[in-house]
Amino acid sequence: MDKVSAWYGEKLAIQEIVLDFEEHAVTGIIGPSGCGKSTLIRCLNRMHETIPKARVEGQVLLDGQDIYGLPAVSVRRRIGMVFQKPNPFPTMSIYENVAAGLRLNGERDRKKLDQAVLDSLKQAALWEEVKDSLDKSGASLSGGQQQRLCIARALAVRPEVLLMDEPCSALDPIATAKIEDLIFDLKKDYTLVIVTHNMQQAARVAETTAFMYLGKVVEVNNTRELFERPRESLTESYITGRFG
Amino acid sequence: MKFPVDRDTRRRWFDVFMSGAALVCVGLALLPLGSILMEAFVRGAPALTPNFLTQPSLLGGIANAIQGTFILIGLTSLVALPVGILTGIYLSEFGKGRIGVVVRFFVDVMTQTPSVVVGIFAYSFVLTLALSGLVPRTLVFSVISGTIALSTIMIPIVARTSEDALRLVPTSAREAALALGIPRYRTILRVVLPSCASALVTGGLLGIARIGGETAPLLLTLGSSREFFSGLDQPIAAMPTQVYQFAIAPSLAENQAAWGASLILVLLMLGISIASRAVIRLRAVKR
Repeated sequence: MDKVSAWYGEKLAIQEIVLDFEEHAVTGIIGPSGCGKSTLIRCLNRMHETIPKARVEGQVLLDGQDIYGLPAVSVRRRIGMVFQKPNPFPTMSIYENVAAGLRLNGERDRKKLDQAVLDSLKQAALWEEVKDSLDKSGASLSGGQQQRLCIARALAVRPEVLLMDEPCSALDPIATAKIEDLIFDLKKDYTLVIVTHNMQQAARVAETTAFMYLGKVVEVNNTRELFERPRESLTESYITGRFG
Repeated sequence: MKFPVDRDTRRRWFDVFMSGAALVCVGLALLPLGSILMEAFVRGAPALTPNFLTQPSLLGGIANAIQGTFILIGLTSLVALPVGILTGIYLSEFGKGRIGVVVRFFVDVMTQTPSVVVGIFAYSFVLTLALSGLVPRTLVFSVISGTIALSTIMIPIVARTSEDALRLVPTSAREAALALGIPRYRTILRVVLPSCASALVTGGLLGIARIGGETAPLLLTLGSSREFFSGLDQPIAAMPTQVYQFAIAPSLAENQAAWGASLILVLLMLGISIASRAVIRLRAVKR
């Protein structure tokens, strides 16, 4: 992304962010609450602009194309997103939840849908737990299962990039560990960007980590380097827990 | 300070007292409803003969009024449900700016307009059109005229209840759908609307219940008919106006018929409400 700034009404949330995301790798974004992590990630699939009065400037390049020059709908199909709180569609069954992205975009072929649901649930490591109850409501699952259902739903449309906005912050440690294992598997096929305020999580899953503070990227580096030999004193004081 | 009874006991007594008070209030609220039903039953039941229920008012029955009420409810719903729900969607999903504020204000004003005013509006509206030759004169007192009046009453009710219903759907559900690359309109139609279907139905029912009992606007727009439906541009009878006509008639038999018709009207509304709730429940079980 190149010189991306985003506003909520008059309020500037992120300022001239320049950041590269490596393909088939996990990029972590860390920083204290309110530093603009979520805003940044929402700019990457044009979700920021769904908020009234929100505004974005700058370029986000995907395979050399600026996503702000493409239709928002097709951008979001190529760049999937998982939210902080699991948000399965409450009126739909597990099957319908996963199939929703395809079905509501016009896919009717039952065989293709079945295959996509099967593949996505397997990829999201949820298949074994739900294979006998696909017609149950998505809301009947546990929090961790719901989040994996949301991941499966995002994967079903075959995106190239998967954005995760604090995907584990509403989950217990066991569910978190499952999602982290999943992230590890997913990077074989997808490019992942994960926002987290849990530094250990970034250290565990991300190859590259960016530290944000007050709407700016302070430092980006190989995760190990960033945590062991931070170049900026601000980064150092954050990761050593002196603020944030 | 020392109390004669300890705190827990006082709290328990207070709880009993408040529960009792709440129960008494429920009783008070139900009293008028109960007495209306009672009165309608006691006074109306003797009027309910097979003849009364199957013959048009020309032959001393109310079948034509029942038919008329169903036709009016049907036609009005046909107009007011789509328009009202679409207005609700606009207000909840798009109407964030100044236009939204203005529309919401007018919807609110319309909800509170006395129905007799709406009746005069519909009457003079159709009359003006008829006098200028744009529509046939027969339309002034007709099914269409009545539908216009009732729609004007029902649209704002449906709009407001569906706006509220849609607002209760969490943003996260909309975001989840948008993030999958689902277009906005399809997100609303396939994700947001189904999530609040039962609230929408309740809103529609509220509207139907309201117009089903409206009398004043119908007195001004329906004209009078003592026979069955004979065309959209013709006068028609309806239950509330029939009750009115029976009630002001100078004969004891007709006064009793007014009670009979009232009873049927109340049961009709009750039936519509119960039936549509049952439909929702059936759909919910299927999921």
